[in-house]
Amino acid sequence: MKKTFPLEDLDCANCAAKMEHAISKIDGVNEVSVSFLMQRMTIDADDDRFDDILKEAVKKCRRIEPDCKIKL
Amino acid sequence: MNAKQKKELLRIAVCLAAFLVLLITDKCIDGGLAGAAGGKYGWLLPFGLFLSVYLAIGYDVLWRALRGVLRGQMLDENFLMCIATLGAFALAIYTGVTTGHPEGFDEACAVLLFYQVGEFFQDYATGRSRRSISELMDIRPDSAHVLRCGETVTVEPSEVAVGERIAVNPGEKVPLDGVVVKGSSSLDTRALTGESLPREVTEGDRVVSGSVNVTSRLEISVEKAFYDSTVSKILDLVEHAASQKSKAENFITKFARWYTPMVVTAAILLAVIPGAVTGDWMDWVYRALSFLVVSCPCTLVISVPLSFFAGIGAASAAGVLVKGSNYLEKFDKADIFVFDKTGTLTKGNFAVVKVTPERDRERILALAASAERDSSHPIARSIAAAYGGTPKEGYVLTNIAGEGISANKEGSEVLVGNEKLMRRHLIDFLPEEGAGTVVYVAENGKFLGSLLVADEPRPESRDVVASLNAMGCRTVMLTGDNERIAKSVAADAGVTEYKASLLPQDKVAEVERALSSKKPNDVLCFVGDGINDAPVLMRSDIGIAMGGVGSDAAIEASDIVLMRDDLKGIPVAKRIARKTMRVVYENIWFSLIVKVAILILSAVGLAGMWLAVFGDVGVAVIAILNAMRVNSKRRQERAI
Repeated sequence: MKKTFPLEDLDCANCAAKMEHAISKIDGVNEVSVSFLMQRMTIDADDDRFDDILKEAVKKCRRIEPDCKIKL
Repeated sequence: MNAKQKKELLRIAVCLAAFLVLLITDKCIDGGLAGAAGGKYGWLLPFGLFLSVYLAIGYDVLWRALRGVLRGQMLDENFLMCIATLGAFALAIYTGVTTGHPEGFDEACAVLLFYQVGEFFQDYATGRSRRSISELMDIRPDSAHVLRCGETVTVEPSEVAVGERIAVNPGEKVPLDGVVVKGSSSLDTRALTGESLPREVTEGDRVVSGSVNVTSRLEISVEKAFYDSTVSKILDLVEHAASQKSKAENFITKFARWYTPMVVTAAILLAVIPGAVTGDWMDWVYRALSFLVVSCPCTLVISVPLSFFAGIGAASAAGVLVKGSNYLEKFDKADIFVFDKTGTLTKGNFAVVKVTPERDRERILALAASAERDSSHPIARSIAAAYGGTPKEGYVLTNIAGEGISANKEGSEVLVGNEKLMRRHLIDFLPEEGAGTVVYVAENGKFLGSLLVADEPRPESRDVVASLNAMGCRTVMLTGDNERIAKSVAADAGVTEYKASLLPQDKVAEVERALSSKKPNDVLCFVGDGINDAPVLMRSDIGIAMGGVGSDAAIEASDIVLMRDDLKGIPVAKRIARKTMRVVYENIWFSLIVKVAILILSAVGLAGMWLAVFGDVGVAVIAILNAMRVNSKRRQERAI
């Protein structure tokens, strides 16, 4: 399943790159793209575990950039 | 500028002013502020003053750094900035305590101040280019007025079903694709196609969502649900454009992952080893702190996607949708352009220009139209248009690919097609010599006559092909037409090569062959009208579809969509791609060289923290300004 989420207060381009790198390491994520300019995250992950993966992604984002929120 | 940015700007301005006052006073007074205060603890006066400015400008950086450390993000830019500036403060206190004349409070303060200026500028610049894309997003309709049971109900566009009737008032956006059933008006499609002339529509005309109704009320019968409509497709495409990352972007993010740890390691080594050897800790720690100032790769990480973003924005303003920065990057290198003839180099509006023999016109047209009844091919449509009447029913139609159609009814057989079909059925036909597509008609093995169908070349084809040739590209035309027509159209358009008499499947094979025989660095573009060439559009390195508005297949299968039904978008997009890539490489090289130069200069002690922060922020500002140049108004006018 592929879904796109808006990101709020993503203020640093390098953080976006770090977030992308961290999320791509989550098991079950096929592809992820965090666009600093569009303030969007597109995530392609396994259907049956999608919600868990998303939760994990939110956690990782909070660790890297606490100001930034993923709007689910 | 939004409220947050205004507040930030005010804070920077106030802090900068306070800082300058402090700095000038400190330099003007004999012995500095420390001297003015006098005594052993004189250094506390400048320390306190500079520290308050430091805290005013940098409290958020300090807070983020602290939070980052607690979460295990040691190499966070905020943290590194804090280490560098707090380190400089520590050194200044050290000199203050030992000599009574502190040096470096101003420096520590300035570093953070300029860091914030740089951050502010980045924020402002990215906000601006984000807005240029949001303008495109402006095509999203907010509501639709549906006529239900004689009443007008205003609902979300997604709640409208196919077949319902909607009303669009002047000044509103058309929310869904459909056909005008009542009223006539002019539509502004600029946001969709970049076309500035309004389009006149009246009853029976098809309208696309996202265009703005200008003059009067329209009633539209909805043909597509919202998620299927043009506006959703385009928005989807634009939103995804930024997720297709180019090689340059990937290189930069990978580089950034290594860059920061490397610089930090180098800084530690620089502080420890020479410090231990020479014993001059002050100097070497200071040099190491300067390293940390340039350790943030943000300039690079932001300027490269920003350039691509600006390039995609500039292209969409010219009516060319590029589906991702990787395509823009590739398109710059595009040097083989394969054109489909019909509908691409030519207008595709075929018309029967000649019927031979003229006295049998009605009969020949009637038979041909009956045989071609089910075909949506432009040639078949032109025959139906020339005939005008209702085609006869009851024929069993057999399509013979690349040859024509055989129609059978009650033992009589009508053959409608090209000369191959005639030869295969051993029909003695009279060849038609005019330039165009010839359709021969035979009944029960007897030749009846022929139709000459001709197509007009697009007025811009010649110029477009000429400018591509001038850029050093190979231009190839593929067509199903015979050698003679192909030759005349090819000469007319000025393409360097052409391949004639291709069956639809031959086109794919031809593109495959071209793909396998090209050099690894060549990039092959296929330009088609999106009608039945989706496989070729997908197979080629870059698929370019014409007339994107209203053609879903084209939007989906291609990588670049010419929203306006005009080939001129190709050289325009190519120039934008070239400009974008030049800016991208300029930014990469410029930032790298300046950063490395600062690192070397601070390592040997020639550059202080002042120069480091100026260099770092300066590079960011210049790279961002350079990126914005791609999308500047003046350049767009020149491109169009």
